[in-house]
Amino acid sequence: MTTSAALGFPSRGERGNWKWRAAPLATVLLAILVLWYAGAILLNAPQVIELKFRDRPDWTARELVEATWSMERPVLPAPHQVAVDFHESVFGRPVTSRRSLVYHAGVTALATLVGFLLGIVLGIALAVGIVHVRTLDRSLMPWVIASQTVPILAIAPMIVVVLGNVGFTGLLPKAVISMYLCFFPVTIGMVKGLRSPDPLQLDLARTYSASPAQVFFKLRCPASVPFLFASLKVAVGVSLVGAIVGELPTGAQEGIGARLLSGSYYGQTVQIWSALVMAALLGIALVAAVGLVERLTLKQMGAEA
Amino acid sequence: MSASALKPAAGTAARSAPAAAPLVIDIDGLSLAYQAADGPVLALSDIDLEVRAGEFVSFIGPSGCGKTTLMRVVANLVEPSAGTIRVNGMTPEEARLKRAYGYVFQAPALYPWRTVRRNLMLPLEIMGMKRAEREARARKYLALVGLEGFENKFPWQLSGGMQQRVSIARALGFEPQLLLMDEPFGALDEINRDRLNEHLLRLWEKTRVTVVFVTHSIQEAVYLSNRIVVMSPRPGRILEVIDSDLPPDRTLDVRETPEFLAIAHRVRMALRASHSYDD
Repeated sequence: MTTSAALGFPSRGERGNWKWRAAPLATVLLAILVLWYAGAILLNAPQVIELKFRDRPDWTARELVEATWSMERPVLPAPHQVAVDFHESVFGRPVTSRRSLVYHAGVTALATLVGFLLGIVLGIALAVGIVHVRTLDRSLMPWVIASQTVPILAIAPMIVVVLGNVGFTGLLPKAVISMYLCFFPVTIGMVKGLRSPDPLQLDLARTYSASPAQVFFKLRCPASVPFLFASLKVAVGVSLVGAIVGELPTGAQEGIGARLLSGSYYGQTVQIWSALVMAALLGIALVAAVGLVERLTLKQMGAEA
Repeated sequence: MSASALKPAAGTAARSAPAAAPLVIDIDGLSLAYQAADGPVLALSDIDLEVRAGEFVSFIGPSGCGKTTLMRVVANLVEPSAGTIRVNGMTPEEARLKRAYGYVFQAPALYPWRTVRRNLMLPLEIMGMKRAEREARARKYLALVGLEGFENKFPWQLSGGMQQRVSIARALGFEPQLLLMDEPFGALDEINRDRLNEHLLRLWEKTRVTVVFVTHSIQEAVYLSNRIVVMSPRPGRILEVIDSDLPPDRTLDVRETPEFLAIAHRVRMALRASHSYDD
């Protein structure tokens, strides 16, 4: 099958040779770090000069650099400050503590996964309807597309308020917002996937006088699997975005969104950056997990290499 | 659809099917018109044809002559506009619902996520056959097309010729009395095509199923068939039906004999008469 190539998997040879892949990544990482340190000096210098060096105009460049990289509430914290804070809030506190970043990541991850699963179910259900019922294709598809043109930031508070009024708080509103974002790529991908069997494969099933259910389960479903996984990789990412966005209007006490919010209330920029790093790592882990399931599944289904 | 259709032919006596053999396909005054962008097109015009059990009948003609369409009418994949057609004495739809025929398409049409073995079992699963029986059938017909040992390969791991053999085995697997083959070797190179032609002939001698075979190769049609239906385009119609009585145990060498060349010549003349060689 050509699907694995279409989905951008490196070939087996490339995947095996980690050096081949690590070198470009390391180069980019180095460039980012250099720019980041330089940016920290530039952005923090005015504050340092005005506050710390006000009484002693004989400061040196070296002192300035050191000071800009070690402020308590910098405009832009230096990478090592973020690293230290991240390390401390991940490993330095018990994971059940409100001050542990792992605890907050767990709260967000749970909402993400629940939203992701709801989104998959909704997305597949809509796709099955759209593919099989002509009326739904005409009536539903425009709404599905329109739903994604409404900014999530505008809808999220309303979902929180409405669900809060009927007694749902905490996880569920966040999961619903997450689902709202992630069902879309699943629907689009599955509509395409369920329609992907070629006319010959459909004619073949017809010559066996296969029932519609048999055509669905023996032909359309397996044919759609590569499309589903391509969608799921996008969906799990936006699912995380949805969960974090859902934590902002709730004034939540828990979750990565709550950490971002409280960090910005109190000017704790280092804390904000730690939370961002955690969100990025969580996102990478989720996409990688979907990618792993994808590889195992497609291999089982005979994908090349 | 019984196993009896697969018993080896008794000797070489029943070379061309006797007139008493039951009618498998009976077409009378059949026409098919469809609406194209620039007006109606008569794809098939006033077709009369009878195919009896055990025959190997080829449709030959230039592209656009309706040979594939005629086969799709037999298979109930398209509906005719006029005329009558009976397959095993039933309408094509009834015949399809009773799984009266196996269809081999131009491309192998294997399901890429199924192994060779599971591709063979696909029709058997759809027909609700028991698992043990399915396994046994898959083994038997894979051996029949000479592909033992490839059970657990996926289609992409096989060459084009091997894939087409799998699709033939798949069509034979549920033991239909009628095999419809639509240019099954059209996409193969000549060497593979020769090998599969010989293979198919041996297979037909073993099983004695009725075969309807669409091709645009004169050589293939004459080598395989005992009746050759020459068709012509615009509108699609039957020009001539040519009988062939080459020896049953013929090999590819028969193509060098005067008898073979004479029949091939008749087919070519019929095609020429239809202006198939014009423009």
